Amino acid sequence: MNKIEINTFSELLSQGKTPEILFWVGCAGSFDERAKKITKAFANILNQANVSFAVLGSEEGCTGDPAKRAGNEFLFQMQALTNIEVLNGYNIKKIVTACPHCFNTLKNEYPDLGGQYDVMHHTQFIKSLLNDGKLTVNGGSFKGKKITFHDPCYLGRANNIYETPREVLKKLDAELSEMKSCKQKGMCCGAGGAQMFKESEPGNKEVNIKRTEEALETKPDIIASGCPFCNTMLTDGIKNKKKDQEIKVLDIAELINQASDL
Amino acid sequence: MSTYIPNIIFSGFFIISIYFFINNIKKIYRNINLGIPIDRNDNKKQRWIQMFRIAFGQSKMIDKPVVGVLHLVVYLGFLIINIELLEILVDGFLGTHRVFAPYLGSFYNFLIGFFEIFAILVLISVIFFLVRRNIIKIKRFWNDEMKGWPKNDANLILYIEIALMTLFLTMNASDLWLQTNSNNPIYISAGSFPISQFLLPLFDNFSISSVILIERSAWWLHIIGIFLFLNYLYYSKHLHILLAFPNTYYANLESKGKFSNLKSVTNEVRMMLDPNADPFSNPSNDQDISKFGASDVFDLSKIQLLNSYTCTECGRCTSECPANQTGKKLSPRKVMMDTRDRIEEVGRNIDKNKGKFKPDGKELLNNYISSEELWACTSCNACVEACPIGIDPLSIIIDMRRYLVMEKSAAPSELNNMMTNIENNGAPWPFNQMDKLNWKNEL
Repeated sequence: MNKIEINTFSELLSQGKTPEILFWVGCAGSFDERAKKITKAFANILNQANVSFAVLGSEEGCTGDPAKRAGNEFLFQMQALTNIEVLNGYNIKKIVTACPHCFNTLKNEYPDLGGQYDVMHHTQFIKSLLNDGKLTVNGGSFKGKKITFHDPCYLGRANNIYETPREVLKKLDAELSEMKSCKQKGMCCGAGGAQMFKESEPGNKEVNIKRTEEALETKPDIIASGCPFCNTMLTDGIKNKKKDQEIKVLDIAELINQASDL
Repeated sequence: MSTYIPNIIFSGFFIISIYFFINNIKKIYRNINLGIPIDRNDNKKQRWIQMFRIAFGQSKMIDKPVVGVLHLVVYLGFLIINIELLEILVDGFLGTHRVFAPYLGSFYNFLIGFFEIFAILVLISVIFFLVRRNIIKIKRFWNDEMKGWPKNDANLILYIEIALMTLFLTMNASDLWLQTNSNNPIYISAGSFPISQFLLPLFDNFSISSVILIERSAWWLHIIGIFLFLNYLYYSKHLHILLAFPNTYYANLESKGKFSNLKSVTNEVRMMLDPNADPFSNPSNDQDISKFGASDVFDLSKIQLLNSYTCTECGRCTSECPANQTGKKLSPRKVMMDTRDRIEEVGRNIDKNKGKFKPDGKELLNNYISSEELWACTSCNACVEACPIGIDPLSIIIDMRRYLVMEKSAAPSELNNMMTNIENNGAPWPFNQMDKLNWKNEL
């Protein structure tokens, strides 16, 4: 495997190069041990497909999503306006991110504040790479494996993207099975709306446990998702159910990265 | 000898019921206008299409196929049988009987037959609905917020519909009996009666005058029932039969993930971020200094208030809500019901105090909706997606969280930590922003 090259916008611009795409890594992708693997897998895919991209590195702030969902519009807009200044400063046109929360915020909530970009979720980007032949996968190792896809709320209901991640998964030659609540009716993992950062209110079950049970009903080998937070919640869920030895919770980028490595 | 007394009584009933109905509609309109204006007059064409599809075409009801079809029957029955209402009204005003029959000929027979078939289908569907609610006890009809009036309201609507359809068929059956068994010239031979013909044997031992009494009573009770039902709407969840139309017209057309950006905040944030800004150079008018977020119905938008009046308490939102499914207190339906209860309370207050609201020491927050409910939301949009008539409970939850956080600093402490982290180091966790690219070294 070639050394993966990761450059920041400022590095490339100082070398006189203008990358076409910004890879917005996001807080989970940068700091969370599990989510960093997704970041690395996607960075590897971008490298393999010879995509001209860069990251912002320490110039990337939080999009403000959890602050906004928690009700702190001040903090959200401070983050947004600061980020927009950086993004517009680099004249960034196209952004890809592996986090549906960053995706939703950048795509839907930044334009009114002066940040107009073409924003893609990494599953959309991977699909376009596959369609353009810039990336090929060999799904052999997934043959006979059963995958169930958990729809991230901020990709699915929030932005009506249901089929793209499934189309990408279909390239793996695996058996795709749907949970009883999926797509428009897909149940939340429990992390959204800033719940990730707090204890839940009193109830009779954790949301992620209920969602994990729904996933387990399909008897999957792999639970796939496209969101680092869903990944955390479902990983915790299968650990709780003591199924983490047999079942893996993986991001679509990780699955495609494994398949394209062969 | 004919007198004009029945015509006068009928006109009196009509005028009184229309008067009260218009009065009630005016009150709803006034109450909705207590909300904050919001511009939803863009994309008119798309809005008409949305209304046509979701309200008129019931496209989202079919998500649950069985009940979707039953509801469609009742809805079509309502639309179609009300064509007959036109004739009943004309007959009532003029003292005529089946006034359209001579003009429409065989088409009249077809229409009456058609109405009868719908009447029986409506009856069957409504009985099905009663069974689902009260015998099968579908879970979402038995949540806490459904206790008392909401439960009775739902059943009462179904009983009224049974009564109206039964009266309609009785009226037709006795009419048919009189058409064949009496020489009374009023009962001209008109209409076809595919359903009510089976009721004929019921009248066999009756005298002609008794059957006339039955026919007249059924006719009067049916129309008076409709007048009363019209005025019952204001007190009932059944308002959706009218408000579903404007509600779907004004429903959000944008991505569900897009939450509004508060303009008032943008101005302040820009000022804070701009080192050259002079806060006194732009004397903002005092009206702009509004409160952030919502703690009462006055802080909600007109659309959110319209949403609350439109809600028919079906509970599809609540049964899809992940927080509710896992036993948390939050129920999106309750958020809508509380909002309506509060706006109605405010409306009664205004009525009592000569058109001005007198502060009553209550608010939507705490008196109706607790912060525990608000903080249980994952903002997953399942409730919004589930609503068959375009109601958005999530926007109210977020507006109330905004009030809690920005006006009261009353976020759960873990969220305060998260927000402090974002403020200080650009991530919700306590990591240094300078380390954001450290993952690169692990490749």
